[in-house]
Amino acid sequence: MKAQESTTEKVSFFDNPKNIKIMMIVFYVLCALLVLLDFVVHRHIYLDFEKIPTFYALYGFVACVVLVVLAKLMRKVVMRDENYYRDRDDLIGTESKDEEHQS
Amino acid sequence: MIDYAIPAFLPFFVAAAIALIIPHKFRFALILVPIVNGILLYTSGLNTANISWQLHNFDIQIMDVDKLSLMFAYLFHIACAICLIYAMHLKDKLQLVSGLTYAGSAIGAVFSGDFITLFIFWELLAVTSAFLIFARKTTAAQNAGIRYLIIQILSGVALLIAAIMHFNDIGSYDIDFVGLGTTASYLFLFAFGVKAAFPFLHTWLTDAYPEATPVGTVFLSAFTTKVAIYMLARTFPGEDLLVYIGAAMTCFPIFYAVIENDLRKVLAYSLINQLGFMVCGIGIGTALALNGAVAHAFNDVIFKGLLFMTMGAVLTRVGHVNGSDLGGLYKTMPKTTVFCIVGAASISAFPLFSGFISKSMVMAAMIEAGHEYLWLMLLFASAGVFHHAGIKIPFFAFFAHDSGMRPKEAPTNMLIAMGIASGLCIAFGSYPWLVYHLLPWDNVYQPYDVTHVLTQLQLLFFSALAFVWLNKQGLYPPELRSVNLDSEWLYRKVLPATGGVLHNAMAFSLHMSKRTFLLFKSLVPKMHINEGANAATLTYRMVIGFVILAVIAFITEIM
Repeated sequence: MKAQESTTEKVSFFDNPKNIKIMMIVFYVLCALLVLLDFVVHRHIYLDFEKIPTFYALYGFVACVVLVVLAKLMRKVVMRDENYYRDRDDLIGTESKDEEHQS
Repeated sequence: MIDYAIPAFLPFFVAAAIALIIPHKFRFALILVPIVNGILLYTSGLNTANISWQLHNFDIQIMDVDKLSLMFAYLFHIACAICLIYAMHLKDKLQLVSGLTYAGSAIGAVFSGDFITLFIFWELLAVTSAFLIFARKTTAAQNAGIRYLIIQILSGVALLIAAIMHFNDIGSYDIDFVGLGTTASYLFLFAFGVKAAFPFLHTWLTDAYPEATPVGTVFLSAFTTKVAIYMLARTFPGEDLLVYIGAAMTCFPIFYAVIENDLRKVLAYSLINQLGFMVCGIGIGTALALNGAVAHAFNDVIFKGLLFMTMGAVLTRVGHVNGSDLGGLYKTMPKTTVFCIVGAASISAFPLFSGFISKSMVMAAMIEAGHEYLWLMLLFASAGVFHHAGIKIPFFAFFAHDSGMRPKEAPTNMLIAMGIASGLCIAFGSYPWLVYHLLPWDNVYQPYDVTHVLTQLQLLFFSALAFVWLNKQGLYPPELRSVNLDSEWLYRKVLPATGGVLHNAMAFSLHMSKRTFLLFKSLVPKMHINEGANAATLTYRMVIGFVILAVIAFITEIM
């Protein structure tokens, strides 16, 4: 997300759909620019893979989609109830916050 | 200029002892310990005295100074100072004392010149750090702490056995290049591998770190694993096996990180992922790769510490760090949010942030060494780490859907600690020479060139684009309250279950043999007290006795 520049601004900034939209447009434009730059700038090539135009952009996108899809599939195998190992006594709402004594 | 000539861990142990008795309001003075000690050590540099104590005919090399050990010692001083500032709001002395001794043990370990001294500090690391987990005072934390302690002590025992076997092989306890080959060397690799969270040995980390106190996790993330990395860099540089182990370590945790709900556990998995880059660097073993590994360890302590600090702040204020129940916290915790984003940018290796340079050193070394496909794995992991640590952590904690929670901003001391760590992340990323002139091996690396900045930005922006796209399509896995099975399943489910089955089987067979015995006993005619001796009964019993003896004699004869 392009949240880096804007987090210090007003509190309700991210609740305004208009702002989100502007941010997303800026983000898309930046992505497009990076792709265009790939054809302008002469990259140093060390490996065969890198000869593919916009290799890094493609790889980044595909890697993340593959990662998420595989992780979702993995959930079917490894996901269990949160009390699977034993009943937890510190689930939400039951843990007393005063354990970290505030001075 | 005075040369530093005391064991460097001593001030920490002394300070811990003093911390026990001084009134709580003087605790701020403790911060001075790592700062002053660190500055003294830094100004002394390579002139720092080597110290060894003669114990009968054995030399305990308590201070063995070179560039590598100094680098890690500086790092641990910085980390300890930041952790202490972060812990200043606590009234709980236990955490301060164990934190100080823990940091001291880590510093002792990196300066040890022989395996026996190392073993002592190795075990001290385990024992002192366990209290940072116990201090959470929940049942889950107690249990996780015990499991943590068992595994850590196991690693220490393996180290001791390996050291003795190694002594039998080469006749010296000195810490030097070992290299794989002998049984002792594999035991060393196991001992270090446990602490460095090698695959299948890593579950103590993901089990215990999320259960420790907010302050405890920050301490824990800094020391244990980095001491292991340091030892690997000393004893197994250039060992090919480590490249493959490292590559596996970068990849498998990110899948868990994507589906994990507890955000501190997400960070624990991403810690293993970062360790993978270091292990890869050590495995390649060129000057560039080793420098990259060490530099990455240096940066990782700070940015991973920073991320754990921001999550610790959330945990302190909200009481949990479950992604499924957080969101919208930026409204009331804006500073923590900014610090978290700085940490996220550093771990994702954005240009101008600290991770960028050290990670690219390892990647470049990977290409030089000709591991093209492993390089692709590391690139996959780099995209993945941005995905889960760079986006998921800040997004689900501070943005996403509004959870309605309006916690207070983190305590001032926490903000100061996070501010310092953020400053360091940006400083080390923007002015690399600050760290890189300290690196032990001679090598010149130019991180900022157009190609590199462009390709890295492409990789990161398009990973972010994938996140946006997946979210819009509704494909992104929702945060669910759950437990994900990992190799700990073997010792938390299979082993107890097998033990249970065995126990039941034993109990059953014992019961059955008792029954059989009683059955046969009832066949023997009874003779009551005060009853006249009955010749028939007596004869009968004697016959049974003779038969048994005959059977035994027969069996012994044929055997």
